[in-house]
Amino acid sequence: MAQKRPSVDALMIGFGWTGAIICQELTDAGLNVLALERGNWRDTPTDFSPAFIQDELRYRYRDHLFEEPARDTVTFRNNRDETALPMRELGSFLPGTGVGGSGIHWNGQVFRFLPYDFQIRTQTIARYGAQAIPNDMPLQDWGVTYQDLEPYYNTFEYIAGISGQAGNLNGQKTAGGNPFEGPRSKPYPNPPMTQTLGPLLFAKAAQEVGAHPFPCPSANMSRAYTNPLGVQMAPCTYCGFCEKYACGNYSKASAQTTIIPVLMRKDNFTLKTQAEVTKINLDSTGKRAVSVTYVDAQGNEYEQPAELIVLGAFITHNVHLLLSSGIGTPYDPSTGKGTLGKNYAYQLTPGVDVFMPEDKILNPFVGAGALGVIVDDWNGDNFDHTGLGFLHGGYIAAYMTNGRPIETELVPEGTPKWGAKWKQAFVKNYLTSMSLGLMEAVLPNRENYLDLDPTYRDAYGRRLMRMTFDFRQNELKMQDFQMGKMTQLAQAMKPREIKQNKRGPHYDIVPYQSTHNTGGAIMGANPADSVVNRYLQHWDVSNLFVVGASAFPHNSGYNPTDTVGALTYWAADAIRKQYLKSPGPLVQA
Amino acid sequence: MPDNRLGRRGFLTAGVAAGATAATAALDSAEAHTYQGKVPWAPHAADVPEPVRGNTYVFFTADEAAFVEAATERLIPKDDLGPGARDVGVPLFIDHQLDGAYGRAARWYMQGPWAKGTPTQGFQSRMNPAELYRAAIKAIDAHVKATQGGKNFAALTAGEQDRLLTDMEAGTLDLQGVDAKTFFGVLWQNTKEGMFSDPMYGGNKDMAAWTMLGYPGARYDYTDWVGKQGVRYTLPPVGIMGRPAWTPKS
Repeated sequence: MAQKRPSVDALMIGFGWTGAIICQELTDAGLNVLALERGNWRDTPTDFSPAFIQDELRYRYRDHLFEEPARDTVTFRNNRDETALPMRELGSFLPGTGVGGSGIHWNGQVFRFLPYDFQIRTQTIARYGAQAIPNDMPLQDWGVTYQDLEPYYNTFEYIAGISGQAGNLNGQKTAGGNPFEGPRSKPYPNPPMTQTLGPLLFAKAAQEVGAHPFPCPSANMSRAYTNPLGVQMAPCTYCGFCEKYACGNYSKASAQTTIIPVLMRKDNFTLKTQAEVTKINLDSTGKRAVSVTYVDAQGNEYEQPAELIVLGAFITHNVHLLLSSGIGTPYDPSTGKGTLGKNYAYQLTPGVDVFMPEDKILNPFVGAGALGVIVDDWNGDNFDHTGLGFLHGGYIAAYMTNGRPIETELVPEGTPKWGAKWKQAFVKNYLTSMSLGLMEAVLPNRENYLDLDPTYRDAYGRRLMRMTFDFRQNELKMQDFQMGKMTQLAQAMKPREIKQNKRGPHYDIVPYQSTHNTGGAIMGANPADSVVNRYLQHWDVSNLFVVGASAFPHNSGYNPTDTVGALTYWAADAIRKQYLKSPGPLVQA
Repeated sequence: MPDNRLGRRGFLTAGVAAGATAATAALDSAEAHTYQGKVPWAPHAADVPEPVRGNTYVFFTADEAAFVEAATERLIPKDDLGPGARDVGVPLFIDHQLDGAYGRAARWYMQGPWAKGTPTQGFQSRMNPAELYRAAIKAIDAHVKATQGGKNFAALTAGEQDRLLTDMEAGTLDLQGVDAKTFFGVLWQNTKEGMFSDPMYGGNKDMAAWTMLGYPGARYDYTDWVGKQGVRYTLPPVGIMGRPAWTPKS
């Protein structure tokens, strides 16, 4: 029997980036806010210290900061004809657990989505006609526009201290930035990072082929910075331990380094850790969330009532919690009806390895998660897709994120996978090789979706969530096109040789690709095709907001965090300015 | 590793519905998980790693150790560039990993039903890594004894060992119910881990593998090298517990 706790004004499920933002905003509005986090308290001096964080085995290969499949995982299959099996160990994506969530072990590559993304259906039809959208692609506008979100992108970028060069400031193109980006009303709060030899060689090559290189907008600090909340961050030391690691140097934006030091000191905020929410409970009408059920580390069960509930776990858990709580209508791919679980998407990440001559010492270990140069010429609708057979695109990057030796796998084409020849090739090329990578959009497909697994269960006895996902024709055709562009760029760097690494044709859950899972509880203008409205408020349950990348109707050719941050500030603002004054649906269905 | 950290890292895991660990209660009463009005901080709370203690096998039998020493040395052999897996302690590293949480697959989802699955569905063995090594080595040595005149794997020539490893990698070696391809994948991954991870875990002895690559190890500040385009880094590697050169010779 669950012990009932006293009610709170607002309850936050999950305490990563979105949790910290929502709690900061709602406590500022005067609400009494409780956050429930399934993992542990974690902070820089105790848990991420530079005395021990540079540990490839413990963090990358023993998953120290990541979630445990033993406790909760997904089942996976490529298509509906297969039987889904559990993801028994982590691989393709690495969700976090604990305070700060996945946002403590990111690289810090920070991109706004394009204006095109938010109105992708409308703009695609306007430029190419309705027949350009395949029948099996439920491509949807988001219900918000870039102009709506622009101020909230600013808010997130200033909280996080992003280093970068604007390419379009109030409509004025500025040299050195991304000429394809949507207009921004303010410059980045910090200048770009200092590039090392590898990205500089790429920038030169990109200019030679007529592309428009710019420094990656970075959540690794290019200088000391104090954010609008008064929280201070330190200059990045280029130690090369960002993605899959936490920063010990207060140099990478995360909930811990930007918001939590202020939020934790507020009297109207409470955090409970080791509190896993297992269900959101509705009243008898099914229109109002009254409480959540959570379980502590000892297995004790509690019921926590709240007036307002915000769900901000990792995207797979947002969707899983809605499915297992029976909130919304599960999507059925055979009919196309239902919305919960639909438009699950990911990212396609092929690359080209570049092996430079022996005198080009690249020192790959002098790196940072977002140290690199980007080309956006073949992203979004920045180029004419007529006759190409696919929509959207992706950015091409020359990152120098790290030289971590277990993870580094740069050996030329034809090298044996182990033994003396592998060793010779690995040692010979270690200091002089790098990779170009593509961050390719994945557009929705009718057959890519999330639902509940009929067989496997988690540690709490709930059915696991089942992921049915594969790369479809749009992604594979786009990959072929982009491999040509990447190869051309790689060759322009005047390498000794290159090696092409395509993905697919089938999505494989084993090798790490990215933690850019999106969709399943998508936003939109209409309850017939979305789970939450333009303010991320649940269409059916108006005192429930669902924030995070689960709201993306498609995945763009960029990393998701900037857009997650902007949407979260957008939703928080709607709660503060509209919902709290008059609780109820903010958009009439 | 301070004992109290064991408790803070204690989790509810599949099959263990309650209890967590005894140490949990010692450090964190249920109320201690509630944080209000301040940023929590406590002395001696650092989440530090645990180094390997001692230099003897704690998991492998003598036969298993002989196999792992021979096989890992074929995967990364000693040559003019530097040491091989055996000389830097990769077998000791694997031994201690198998004796710990990794060997038990403590973090993995290990509930049935079990099916082979497609290659894109990943690891589906009901054996944890410790069980996998034990069963695979037994089957490999049995196979070798039956086909190679009573020798075990370690007694074969390098060329014969390479051929068997190649067959395992391809999945064509029949290991009586053990998936050879799965075992090879785990063995190769663990070999790379032992070769190139921090020496505190038992491999990469004297940071010899890092020195061979030119990797400076667990450094956290390259600020003075960012602007030095194309210049080889000069400082020697350092590990989380320091450098061998700092230990007085006895």
